[in-house]
Formats: sequence, structure tokens, C-alpha cells
Amino acid sequence: MIERTTRTLDERSHTAPFGFKALRYIFPDHWSFLLGEIALYCFIVLVATGTYLALFFDPSTAQTVYHGSYAPLNGAHMTEAYRSTVRLSLDVKAGLLIRQTHHWAADVFVAAIALHLMRIVFTGAFRKPRELTYYIGLTILGLALLEGYLGYSLVDDLLSGMGLAIGYGVALSIPLVGANLAALVWGGPFPGDPAFWSRMYIAHVFLLPILIATLIALHLFLVSSLHHTQFRGGRKTEKRLVGVPSFPGQAPRSLGLMFAVFAALFLLGGLVQINPIWIWGPYHVADSTNGAQPDWYLGWLIGALRLMPSFDVVIAGRTLVPNPFWGGALLPTAVFGGLFVWPALERRFTRDRHPHNLLDRPRDAPRRTAFATAVLTFLFIVFVAGSADRAYVLMGWSYATQIDVYRVGVFVVPVVSYWLAHRICVELLRNERVEASRHAAELEAEQAAGGG
Amino acid sequence: MRRLWRWILVAFVWRAAREEEPGEERPPRIVPDGAPSPRAELVVVALLGLAALSAVAFIAVYAFDRIPDQTQYLGIALGCAFGFLAAALIVAAHHLVVTEELEEEYGRPHPGEADRVARVVTESGGRLRRRRLLAGAAGVATTAIGLAAIVPAASLGPIYNLGRFTRTPWRRGRRLVDQNGRPIRAAEIHPAELFTAYPEHADPEQLGAPVVLVKLEPDQLHLPPGRKGWAADGIVAYSKICTHAGCAIGLYRTPLFPPVDKPPGLVCPCHYSTFDPETGGTVVYGPAGRALPQLPLTIDGSGNLRAAGNFSGPVGPSWWGVRNRRVSS
Repeated sequence: MIERTTRTLDERSHTAPFGFKALRYIFPDHWSFLLGEIALYCFIVLVATGTYLALFFDPSTAQTVYHGSYAPLNGAHMTEAYRSTVRLSLDVKAGLLIRQTHHWAADVFVAAIALHLMRIVFTGAFRKPRELTYYIGLTILGLALLEGYLGYSLVDDLLSGMGLAIGYGVALSIPLVGANLAALVWGGPFPGDPAFWSRMYIAHVFLLPILIATLIALHLFLVSSLHHTQFRGGRKTEKRLVGVPSFPGQAPRSLGLMFAVFAALFLLGGLVQINPIWIWGPYHVADSTNGAQPDWYLGWLIGALRLMPSFDVVIAGRTLVPNPFWGGALLPTAVFGGLFVWPALERRFTRDRHPHNLLDRPRDAPRRTAFATAVLTFLFIVFVAGSADRAYVLMGWSYATQIDVYRVGVFVVPVVSYWLAHRICVELLRNERVEASRHAAELEAEQAAGGG
Repeated sequence: MRRLWRWILVAFVWRAAREEEPGEERPPRIVPDGAPSPRAELVVVALLGLAALSAVAFIAVYAFDRIPDQTQYLGIALGCAFGFLAAALIVAAHHLVVTEELEEEYGRPHPGEADRVARVVTESGGRLRRRRLLAGAAGVATTAIGLAAIVPAASLGPIYNLGRFTRTPWRRGRRLVDQNGRPIRAAEIHPAELFTAYPEHADPEQLGAPVVLVKLEPDQLHLPPGRKGWAADGIVAYSKICTHAGCAIGLYRTPLFPPVDKPPGLVCPCHYSTFDPETGGTVVYGPAGRALPQLPLTIDGSGNLRAAGNFSGPVGPSWWGVRNRRVSS
């Protein structure tokens, strides 16, 4: 029966050799190699739930007055975009489950990519010959951030409106061309032309998903073409790959992980409330709320915007660089730019131009590990600074004092963590050398005793 | 009915027996054999059964209206369905499927092939004599066509004419109204309260529209020179849009009990830029780099607040050269 199927398929496609290779494709085994897979499975959930949402969502800024099942909003002026989202959340069966799952999947998607990126950086997996794979992965991360931002902006609740206003402020702040750029994107001054909603919508549900999907396909093609990296150990060498074949060994594990991700996301979507937009209310230009926080993956940007001291760059009365540029535009550009040039910088710095299939453990490259740790702690402090107002509400810590502490910490702590991480790596390596030489000496002594 | 069951049973047994039959000579195995694990098989069957049950539960919860907490039960049911499926696969991976350790050589680069690709490209141009001219012409054509393809994007927005960025609906004599369009009387504005006002008969959904009104004691007012008479009976009006990133001023810090030493502040809750209404909206805290634009006020014969002109500067977030621009009505 199975033979008949495979023969029939091969007679009509001549792909049996490829099929065999695909089934016996080797996966090296390590838990950290699953982070990218989790991101992939989140993407599947995002496409599926997003399609369902699109069946009910109306991306329109046409003004309407709410009359529906949620009494507190009765009589409120709002856009069709917001009204249809409230309706699909509260009146469409399973709508809220799907919407919350979509939102959770987005948060987990970016988290999985970020952790995957950390794994890649700390183990040196970006080195030759895998630079292209790495660049594509970084691009996916950047697009995922934009995609998430557009997703929660589309709803036109109070938080999404505030987020869009900040995005507009950051766009305006770009030197020289900011206002022209903002005019181009928004179709005029904020809140922009009604067509702006069509632009966000086509980008969120078509352009960016297609782009991300294409890049994922390219990413996976390169991964499989170059084969996976692996950690040193056993019979694994730079030239020899050891692992479990995709079928039958890896397939049930991978599918098991996929369904586990689905399970986690739907449980979160059903049980843990996220972005209850009917409570936030509709957005109006004149409205804002205290305690507004973006999704976690934009927390570093709001933190950076808040940390900047009060100044615009003004020369001879002419405004050159308005304040939001530093935190909102320069920081993300610098972080992504730095990540993009990292492989080239490391090649130049270490003069290592050889291909690598074996991964470093973080301790094996103390300076890389220390530098990556410093960058991470920097971003973490900026991220925490973004929730200083929440810490004030919860802990009673003075907001201004917190910001002062973070302004210092953002420079001091990364330096300390660089030193600490470097030290730990070096000590670990030294310890290993001591252990190894003692082991060798003991072995020698044993042999000497046995021989004597 | 009974006969049908018997036939199904017979067919099942026959099939099962046929599968057990030793077949003809087979080539050596590719996937190594392993010990069977009947208990694990039962566990997998049980987990698959639970997954199916959970999925049916999802359908049931969906079908029955008026179940309280429907979202939660739907989530639990669907989550459990996928969770049991995941568990079944993971048990299968560990106990029912052989885990081989295979080895393989990593691929290598193919310099020979790469060179051949390069040769195909270079040799294909063997008949060309004016290569640089052709390349230049092709470059010019591609660039021009590329530009032609991009240029219609300019229709997206007014790239050059930025007049709309400094236009506001305010002008001398325009009445201030509340969100329901009712004119605001000066007597309604009390100290230590924050009011939002809009221009009468204008679209409130534009950055230049909303203003905040606060009433201060006459001795508190230290407005910049040239703004004499901009306050009306101690009431000052500022654009409600923060000059940092465009959120709306939502908080009025004006301590009612000690310590009251801090001056009152208009606060944007996005990044906590704080502006001082006593001194003309100057920045006293936070990242904003530019004062809040002030709107001059006057009180008409019937006691209503009216604008006495336009804002002191462009409204909303700053851009290149914003301080050299004036607002227009």
C-alpha cells in the first residue's frame, strides 16, 4: 500500500531520491535548537487565527456610534475598526479566544525569535558559512516587530491610538525628511488620511506576512542546505554531523513540540486575558491614559524614549533633531545595524575566516560572550526603564529617582556585566584545563602503578 | 445489521492476519528494529482518545449558547486537545519509534561548480564588444524604469507641501466648546481642575484641535513677554498634544495638600513630559524639547471663552525646522 503510493508519486514527480534524503535528514539534538521551531509554530498559529479575525474585522475609520452588548460603551463615538473588534471579541462565538490567542502568539513569536537569536549569538552559530541564514533571521525579527506593532495599532482602541501617535512622533523626528516621510505614510498630519488604515491593513495581513513567510522558507532552505550546527562531543567534528534522522526519530518530537506550542497558546488565549480593548475604550486625538504599556517587544523603545533627557538639537534657532529620534529611531537602527555587522566585525577582529560547523559554548569565546551580555543588560535596563511608572504604582518608588538611577545604570551595569561575564568564562575555561590535566596525571599515575 | 458487523469483523481479522503473514524475501532494513512496547502503545491510544474527547468538548462548548465563561472553556478544550496530541507524539517518539544516531559528512563548497557558473555568465557575453557602454545603458534604463515605478508612491501623501502640518482650526473669535459642542463659560473653569476644550464647528480629530484649560491665581502667572493678556481671568489654554511624541496631556499635577511646593504641571502619560502652565507651557520634566503651544484667550460679552488668535507655535511632535514655522488658521 505504502510502496504503491511512493511509486505512484515518484512516477509522476521523480522526487523519490529527494524524499529519501528528506526523511533521513539529520537533526543534531539539543534543547536550544528548538527555539526557532517554536517561532515557526507560532507563525502558523498567527496565520490561522489572523485569517479568522480578518473574517470579522473592518479596517475602517468611518465614524459610528456604539450600540451593542457591552453597556459601558453604549453611545460612544468610535471607528468601525474599533467597533468591529469589540463585536468580534464580545459577540462572535470563540472570537475572543481567537483574538487573545492571536495576540499571545504574537508575543511568544517575537520572544522565541529573540531567544533563538541569543542562542545563535552566544554559540557563534552566525559564523561562516551561515551568515546569510543569520541576516535573514534578523530581517524576520525586524519585520515581526513591525508586524506586531501594526497588529495592535489596527484596532483603534485608546492604547493603539497612543502607540500610533508615538510612532508618528518618532517618524517626524527623523532629521531632514521626517515630516515628509510621516506625510507620505499617514497621508497628511496625524491622525492621517482614512487611507492610512487601508495601508496598515494591507501591510499587516498581506505584505508583511508574505514577506515573513518567504524569508522563513529561505531561512529553512539555507539551514537544511548547510545542515545544522552542533555542539562538540562524541563523534561530532567539524566535518562529521551526528544526529537523529527527521523520520522516524525527529518527526514525532517536532510535531509534538508543534502541538505543545498550539496547546500553550490556546490555553493562554482562553485563560489569560490580554489587551481587553473594550475596557481601554476608543481612541480620540484628545484622549490618553495613565499606565499605558506596549506589548513587551516594544518595551525597550518606550524605555529609551523615557530615558532621554529633555532636549531637541537646535542650532541657531533651527530644530535639527527632535528628541524622540534618539530613543525611537536611532536606538533600534543601532541595535539592528550592530547585529547585522557583527559577523563581519568578528571575522575582522578574530581574523577567523574558516567555516565553522561546531558551536562554541559561551565560555569558549569569552570576549564575544561578555560583549553580548553587556548589550543584553543595556537593553534590559532600557526595557525596565519603560515600566518605571508601573513600578511607581506598585512599589511607590519615585518615578524621577528611578529614571535618574537608570540613566546611570544604563552605562555602568553593562560595563560591570562585561567584566563579570568575561571573568566567569575565563574561570570556567581555566577550571576545565585544571580538571583535564589532573585527569591526565591520575591516568598516568594509575598506569605507572599498574605497570610497576 | 448483525450480518454487516460480522462482515466487518471478518474483513478486519483477514487484514490483520495478512499483515502478520511473512512476506517474500525483503532487502535489509534501513530503519533498525526495536523492541515492541505494548504498554506505551496503550498510553498513546489513551492520549489520542483524550485528544479526540477534548476536541469534541470544544465543539460541544461552542454549540451550547449561554455557557458562562465560554471563552475560558473553549480555550481549555482546544488547549487540552492539542496538549494530549502533543503528549501522544512525545510518548511515541520516546517509546514507539527507534531513535537512531546517524552520521553524515557536512557538505563542502563547490569552487569548481561556482567557477563554471561564472564562466557561463562571462562566456555568454563573448559576442559583446562595447561592454561598458551596454552596461551603462542598461543601468540607466533600469534606474529610470525603477524610478518610474516608485514615483506614483508620492500620491500617498503630501511630500513637499507641509502647510497642513502647521494649520490649526483656531482663529480669533472662535468659541471654545466641550466634547458635546456646548460653549464653555469662563465661570465654569475652577482652579485645580483640568478641562479639555475644542474649537466650535471644527473636526476634533486633528492634532491642532484640542486644548487644555486650567485656571491659575493672577500672582501665579509668569507668561513669557509678548503674551500679555493671553490669559482670561486667570484661565490659560495650551495645546493638549504633547510636543514630544504626540500623545494627549492627560494629567494635571496640582497638589491639594502638603507638600504643595511643586508648581502645577501638565503631564503626558506616555513618557511623562511635564509642562508648566504658569510660565507659558515650558518643559519642567521629561523628554519633551519644546514648550506646549499656548492659545490666547478672551471672554466675550456672554461670558463664553473665545480664542484671541492662534497658537504660539506649531502643535504636536517636533520636526526638522519646526521652530521656524508659524501656525496658520
